[in-house]
Formats: sequence, C-alpha cells, structure tokens
Amino acid sequence: MLQLKNVDVCYGSFKALNNISMTVDTGELVVLLGANGAGKSSLFNAISGLNKPSAGDVEFEDRRLNGLKPNAIVSGGVVQCAEGRKLFPHMSVLQNLMLGAYVHRRDRAGNKQRLNEVLELFPILEDKAQQPAGSLSGGQQQMVAIGRAMMSRPRLLMLDEPSLGLAPLVVKQMFEIIKQINSLGTTVLLAEQNAFAALKIADRAYVMENGQLVMEGDQETMLGNEQVRRAYIGA
Amino acid sequence: MFKFGSFLMTPMAKYLMLAFALVFPLLAKNEYQVYVMASAFVWAIAVYGLNIITGFCGQLNLAHGGFFAIGAYTLGLLSSDYGWSFWPAFVAALVMTAGLGFLVGVVSLRLKEHYFAIFTLCVGFIIYLLMDKWEELTHGPIGVRDIAAPYGFGLVDFTNTVPFYYLVLAFLVFAIWFMGRLSRSLLGRTFIAIRNGDELAESLGINLMRNKILAFVLSTTYAGLAGALYAGMVRFIGPEEANINHTFDMITYLLVGGIGTITGPLLGTVGIVWITQSLQFLEEYRMIIFGPLLVLLVIFFPRGITGSFLGWMHHKRQQPQATAKRQASKATAATEVESNA
Repeated sequence: MLQLKNVDVCYGSFKALNNISMTVDTGELVVLLGANGAGKSSLFNAISGLNKPSAGDVEFEDRRLNGLKPNAIVSGGVVQCAEGRKLFPHMSVLQNLMLGAYVHRRDRAGNKQRLNEVLELFPILEDKAQQPAGSLSGGQQQMVAIGRAMMSRPRLLMLDEPSLGLAPLVVKQMFEIIKQINSLGTTVLLAEQNAFAALKIADRAYVMENGQLVMEGDQETMLGNEQVRRAYIGA
Repeated sequence: MFKFGSFLMTPMAKYLMLAFALVFPLLAKNEYQVYVMASAFVWAIAVYGLNIITGFCGQLNLAHGGFFAIGAYTLGLLSSDYGWSFWPAFVAALVMTAGLGFLVGVVSLRLKEHYFAIFTLCVGFIIYLLMDKWEELTHGPIGVRDIAAPYGFGLVDFTNTVPFYYLVLAFLVFAIWFMGRLSRSLLGRTFIAIRNGDELAESLGINLMRNKILAFVLSTTYAGLAGALYAGMVRFIGPEEANINHTFDMITYLLVGGIGTITGPLLGTVGIVWITQSLQFLEEYRMIIFGPLLVLLVIFFPRGITGSFLGWMHHKRQQPQATAKRQASKATAATEVESNA
C-alpha cells in the first residue's frame, strides 16, 4: 500500500533521513520505534508532503506522492495526526472534528455518517461536543486529534506519538482504540517511544536511529530481540 | 438581577447599537458631527477588511491603506476624467481592488510571516509612489477633483450629509453581517486554522494558497469599498490617501477594538475617531493625551476592548462552575470521611 524507496530528507546541510526504504501493506498496523530526534516525525512529514524528499520515491497505492501538495495527499487517503495533539483550543470539539473532514466538505451526508462512527470510537466526545477543545483533559484532546484525522476518511492513518504526556491508564486505553481503528479496516502507521505497549498491538515494526532504519521484524521477533528490549523496553 | 455584562452578549445589544446609529443624526448637535460619524463608519469598513486577512487569517497586510486608496482613485478618476457616473464607477472600484488584490495576493502570499508584512509594506509604498508620480494617469500631487457624487434613487439624494450617512451605515451593516456569517462558516474556521499554523492546516487537507488568496481578495475588496465611499464623501482625493500612516491607523483601530472579533473593528474605529475629535481643541498637543491613553489601553486591555470583554465573560462563566465543582468534591470527601469513621 505504502512504499518508500531510498528516501532522503535534508534540512539545509543536515540529512534528517538517510536512504529510507520501507513498506506498509493494506490492513497492517506497523510501528516505527525510535528515540527523540531519530527522524520519526521527519519521515511522517515526508509521506504527508510537509517535507520534500531530496531523493527517492514515496508511493501510495501505486501513485507517486512526492511533489504532491499536502492537501492532495490528504484527499488521496493518507492523513497524519501530528505530535502534541495540535487542536484549535477555542473551537468546540465538534468544530475541530469537522475541520478534519475539510477535504470532503461538500459531502455532508457522508461526513455526518463518519462523525457518528468517530463518536462511536470515542463516546466521551459526544458529551463534550460543544465544549472548547482547550478545556478537555490531555487524553480527551488526543482523542479529538485522532478523531479529527479519522474524519478525513483515511486509508492510511499516521499517528505520531499519541501516548506522549498521557497517564499510563489513558495510554493503555489509547492503544486499545488504535487497535480497534486498525481492525475496522484502516491501515495504521504508528510512531512511538513507548515500545512495549506499541509492539503488543503491532503486526510489524521498524526501528529508527539517526535518520536510518536499522531493524525490521514482525511483532514476535521484535519483542524477543535482545537489542530492542535493552534499548526501548528496559527489560 | 440585571447583569450588564451578560446583556451585552445578547442580540438585543446589537439592535440597540443599530438603533443608536439610526437616530444619531437626530441627536447630533450639527451636521459636522454626522459627517465625522460617517467617516468613522467608512474607516470601520476598511478595518473589517483588515480583520479578515490579519485578524482571522493571521497575515499582517501592510498594503491595506494602499488598496483603500486604489478604491478611492478608481472611483475618482473614472468619474472625473472619464465621465462615469457614481454607481458604475463604484462597482468598477470594487472590481479593481478585488482584481489587483488577487494579483498582489498571488505573489505576496508565497511569503510567510514578517516577510509577507515587509513585502506588503513595499507594495503599499509603491502604490503611493504610483499615485504621486504617474501624473498622466493620477494627476500626481494635485490629486483628483470633481469626483461624482452618489446620486440617489427616487426621493433620496445622497449628496447631502445625512442621507450619505445612512448610505454608509447601510454598507457598514452589510459589512458586519457578512463578517458574522463568515466567522461562523467553515470558511471562517479555515482561515482561523491557517492562523494557528500553516503546517497544521495543511495536514488537515486545507489548500493554503487558495484560502489565503481568498482572504486577501475579500480584505482588499472591503478596503476598496471603503475607499470608494470615502471618495464619494470628500469628493477630492490626493496621493496622501495611500500614506502608510492610514494603514497604521487602521491597525491601531483593530488592536484597540479587538483583533479577530466581530464588534472590535467598529468599537475601536468609532472610539478612537471620537477621542481624537474631542481632543481637537488641543491641536498638535493632543497626542500628549492620546499617546498615554493608547498605552494604558494596551496595558490593561491587551486583547482590545471586545477581546478583553469576551475573555472576562468567559472567565466569569467558568468560575461558578469551578466553585460548584470544588464544593461538590468537598462534599464527597466529607461523606467519605464520615463513612470511614
């Protein structure tokens, strides 16, 4: 479904991504592990069009994505939910969600149906629909952020560190919901530092260090890998 | 109990303001006061335009005064040199500012943040230079005289001050109504999303360039509308209309009233125009009073009159809820202690 071939991204003279090749197949939940500054967000931005790769190809469903504008990529079915749950704090939860449906703004009936699906995933948001998004708790804000991304009806959902700054219990709930989104048919690419929890719901994983992919494997191999355990799980 | 603050939030307050504006010519001591109010309304329309691109969309446009002057000059030149009558020239002024706004927007909006501000500052100055130096077209520093007056329909004659006041008021009401509609629409929220950050807006699938250009064209059209009304009111214009000072005046009106709000531009403009008017007797010393007044406003109402008022109302509404919550949790804690005992 998603294929990256030898992708480089440079910020000036600094090479943030170096020769990245990876694939994500339809229906998979793939985790991207890496410490701060490893290049996870740069990779996401290269896929969603916010960064222009200086070399290599990004393909989605056999269509070349590099060179396309970010809004064309969102209409094409790839959406990214940025790190740090950037909401519009003064707008209501509902208005935040509806902005996510921007690319389908003419299809009102479709959006209404999608909104119901999203509210089924996050029932608590239905009670909070009219409240300003800024007044919600961290976990609820993350739900709005994921829900807003889901409103664009993606076939590939990219989540950048959804567990960042959330209480452990909320993190657990968040991963359950991500698993549920995946089992309902959306392919998920998940960047995480919380390796153990992420690997538990993943089909496959990549490990990223200093802008390069250094390891790849399915869930079992990764959970059993000594290096991964030592570096990311701490056991 | 009657709460004045909450009352100001109701639609009733709006209708009272409109009623006051409608009877103002009857309350005014002389025609000059009506004239001052009409000119304040004209500036307010232009400030509403600035509010779209700068307040909602977050792009500081320093060419706004230039577009105001283009609106005024288009109407002035078409009527004085080419013999057009007022209303066709008026429509042409709107088309002209929208068209030039599109052209300038396509180029300038490729730049972000302060680079955009600097670029538009230069555009504003170029507009001024064109009006001052391109004598064959604009008459240069002599300016444009004999601008057509707005003829009326049927019984009304807009060449007199009071009917003209109502004409401006009608356009102002339309400008505010449109602004209100815009702020509640998806398009308005799209502009606000762009103000919050280009990258975030893009990652939601918003076409940045198209929406920024649209906001820019809307704002220059507002400026053109105000400029054309201004030309019809004073009937004599010069290159000074494009002076950068007008742009900074409008930014002051916007900041004092409340940037990004619906009533802010009106309150800021009308308020400052009347304060400067009432300090006229001090002549050039009036800035000694006006300057500190402005500083105090910025210190105590950093979000402008409307912005600070809305923030205060919001705070007041949250407070009873928070107290209720605290009391509720105290009560549960007390019962827990009791049951433990």
